[in-house]
Amino acid sequence: MQVHRLQASAVDQMEIQRKPMTKQSQAIKVVDSLDVRPAVRGGAQRIDEHIVEIVSDSGEGAQKCGQSFGAVSGKMGNGVWTVEIIPAEIQPPERTPDGASGIRIRLGSKYMTNMGDEADLAVAFNEQVLYSRMANGAYKKGTIILLENMWATSPFEEVQEQYRKALLDFEEQGLIVVELPIEKECLKLVSNTRRGKNMFVLGMLCHIYSRDVDKSLAEIARVFSRKGDEVIKANHNLFNAGYAFAREEVEYHYEVPSYTEETEQQTVVLNGNTAIGLGVMASGMEMVSMYPITPATSASHYLADDFHLTGGFVHQAEDEIAAIGFAIGASYAGKTACTITSGPGIALKTEMIGLAVMAEVPLVIIDVQRGGPSTGLPTKVEQGDLLASLYGAPGDSPKVIIAAATIAECFHFVILARKLAESFRTPVIVLTDANLATGVQPIDRPQISEEWFAAPVDQSAWKEGVTAYDWDAQTGLSERPIPGMRGGEYVLTGLAHSRASKIAYDTRSNQEGCDMRSRKMSALAATLNPPDIHGDPQGDLLVVSWGSTLGTIEEAVDNARSEGHKVSSLHLRFLSPIEPGLKEIFNNFKKVMTVEINYSDDPGGPMITGESRRYAQLALVLRAHTLVDVDCWSVVSGHPLQPGQIKDVIIEHLALITGEN
Amino acid sequence: MFGLKADWSLDVHERYFTMDDYAGAEPRWCTGCGDLGILTAVHRVCRDAQVEPENTVAVSGIGCSSRLPHYMKTYGFHGLHGRALPVACGIKSRRPDLDIWVATGDGDCFSIGGGHWIHSLRYNMDLTLLIFDNGIYGLTKKQTSPTTPQGFHTNTHVTGALLPPLNPLTVTLGVSNVSFVAQTVDWNAPLLYEIINAAHQHKGTSFVRIVQRCPMYMEQLNQEMQDDPSRMLLLTHDKGVQVDDAVVRMFENHQEHDPSDMAAARAIAQDDSLIPLGVLYHDPDAQRYDELTNVGLNMPMQERVQGLNAALDKFAI
Repeated sequence: MQVHRLQASAVDQMEIQRKPMTKQSQAIKVVDSLDVRPAVRGGAQRIDEHIVEIVSDSGEGAQKCGQSFGAVSGKMGNGVWTVEIIPAEIQPPERTPDGASGIRIRLGSKYMTNMGDEADLAVAFNEQVLYSRMANGAYKKGTIILLENMWATSPFEEVQEQYRKALLDFEEQGLIVVELPIEKECLKLVSNTRRGKNMFVLGMLCHIYSRDVDKSLAEIARVFSRKGDEVIKANHNLFNAGYAFAREEVEYHYEVPSYTEETEQQTVVLNGNTAIGLGVMASGMEMVSMYPITPATSASHYLADDFHLTGGFVHQAEDEIAAIGFAIGASYAGKTACTITSGPGIALKTEMIGLAVMAEVPLVIIDVQRGGPSTGLPTKVEQGDLLASLYGAPGDSPKVIIAAATIAECFHFVILARKLAESFRTPVIVLTDANLATGVQPIDRPQISEEWFAAPVDQSAWKEGVTAYDWDAQTGLSERPIPGMRGGEYVLTGLAHSRASKIAYDTRSNQEGCDMRSRKMSALAATLNPPDIHGDPQGDLLVVSWGSTLGTIEEAVDNARSEGHKVSSLHLRFLSPIEPGLKEIFNNFKKVMTVEINYSDDPGGPMITGESRRYAQLALVLRAHTLVDVDCWSVVSGHPLQPGQIKDVIIEHLALITGEN
Repeated sequence: MFGLKADWSLDVHERYFTMDDYAGAEPRWCTGCGDLGILTAVHRVCRDAQVEPENTVAVSGIGCSSRLPHYMKTYGFHGLHGRALPVACGIKSRRPDLDIWVATGDGDCFSIGGGHWIHSLRYNMDLTLLIFDNGIYGLTKKQTSPTTPQGFHTNTHVTGALLPPLNPLTVTLGVSNVSFVAQTVDWNAPLLYEIINAAHQHKGTSFVRIVQRCPMYMEQLNQEMQDDPSRMLLLTHDKGVQVDDAVVRMFENHQEHDPSDMAAARAIAQDDSLIPLGVLYHDPDAQRYDELTNVGLNMPMQERVQGLNAALDKFAI
């Protein structure tokens, strides 16, 4: 068997230079340190972390392979973050850059919170899909590419030509390409390699990264448990063959030490949407009412599988408006219900959210944000719905808005949201995003509390003489009657209403209603603590963020601080009401800026002046809230932020401060 | 306080409700408005069924029709324009014990709420759905509705409504899993009562289109029909609603129609030379979605905790 290698020896002589990151992604980024060197055959090289990608045409099972690889790594005590590479179409053309489908797995000897920067090693089922990853800046000089070589001998001259050209392109970019006859090896075991090549590749990766074979075989058995023993056995054979193949034919061999000792603490491996689904179950919800929308739907898919275990039901409504209307109806009737959607769904639900605010119906709305505006980037990440959530409705429509920063928070924030919704008799929007939705991470298994399942209110008789909106003047809070409560009969209305829920067009009632609903937000704010600061409580630069960017930004801040930069960060979970004490914290830094994944004008762009510049969404809110001159840096590339990129942003902005001084 | 049953036993009610017990605020509808008669019929049906006011919910959208919940002394939900049905279905989904009424109009149901109309019929949850169809937008002052006759002058079509009106009966009868379809007029109180009563007794979504007068904006439209009962067709059958001979004699045209016969129902609905009154279609056995959405209702806490643990087990490593 011939294993052809390109470029391996060129790595050591590689010219090191640094290019500043710009908003436009670079084809190939050059880094100043290379931890990827060919391992010595026979012995495994110890590494702290690696980023691995598996890239293929759609439907070749790369994602299943990567998920299993991630799960096995998690079981072995590594920190793991996996993220899927998803083409926008169900069946994109084969062997095209746009069809790139796959998965990235970042594993290492520390807790992983994000997808990291460039990959160290990639397995590619064809050469064309790599172009799309290169365009995304996924690789660097020295990235090892384990490439399927069947295309070199394709019956189609055109394919052979494409393949030859790609090898030259990759060589020029400094990738280390290892051509491997994966297809040929798989054909020894199966006739249809579209079903099976992924498990062969899993076997290869498990040898390359010294994964535990028993754990890997158990994981395969778990994944295929519904398909029966024969399928499991066939996939075990493929795994074993891949493992043996890599041992004999691939010279890269690593060991990634675990960072946690074997403990009693149990771990579950979840993506953000599964965590939301489990959070819905744990929060005691009885009903999820939804309409299919990417990237939120997989949460409902999960619930469709398991919601019955806690006595719940998934209602697929006829549209987004009906979905929230149905949930509002259930909640009005004293049941716990929520709706799960994404940006375009939030737009459609806006009138209903306003009704829930006006009529004070407790309701949890989960928004798994995607790129906008309009249909936008359905499968890609953006934090673009903050202002729509805050201000989307006509009139004054105060509601609670919280944003999950981690996969664990996707679970816990649903429980928190239900509690807030009922305590404050209000809708609560939980913002997550496509990055959390598809990111997979081992997290501590939640300790279940029976309290989570408590019924919202008891059905005993309503207190005589108490109105449906018996607002406490200090807090705006009131108890709500539920159908079935004798003596509590009232007509909920979206019209301006009195305390007795009577339609009221008089000069006082709407003012009082707006006052009371707004006061609830102040009452909640009074219970919140100022946010923690990551890093020193004073310094040159404070980076403020929200949502899924937490891990990336803290990693970037840590890296910048290790080089002596005076930068700290602060991450907000409560966006309405906003967490207290910000102005005081901001005043201890020379400069405050937000880093967000939503649109803002580049301050240096044409026609942009200090007055005309449009700010990123949180920055706009913070400027109004604190009267501090909060700057921002944001992108709408659809791509999750990466620590190297953000570190560059931090250093650029620190240089501006130094320049100003 | 008590009543004699057919077997001469005495039925003593712990609580007995009169029509007043269902009457909420003083109606603010216009003098002569057909809504008033519908409201009275609803109060009467509630009284006769002795439903508990606290276990009754009147749900509505926006429009003249949708003020009905305010005139009931039950629970009510006066929500958004066109969205009564999703809310009503949501209430029913986990509260099988509640008696749900939906009051909506031709604009609210057939126009802005058109999607919900179609799908709620298919869900066939146990709701009594009353459509107050006056052929005009009343509350917003005389705009064309889906059922406004072609050529009728409105404030949005000053030279006359441009298109033929929508036929709500053929649309409704075209929806799979529809279970109860009836039509009546507001000005015939006995027939109105009998049809609403039959709708209320049906387990499933009972669709009742009430052809209704708007004295303010549509007086001429239904006045002609009121003056000329020969334009209406009374449907009679053992399986339909039973009215007094005196009521039957009010109508020149009668047709024996078996409400279980969908093809015949569609043929009657399609023929717009006469306005059919009575039960067009009734299938007491159609599948009810509210019997499915109830799954897991009242699951004990311990079982739910176990269920969540079992769910987490699947992700444990």
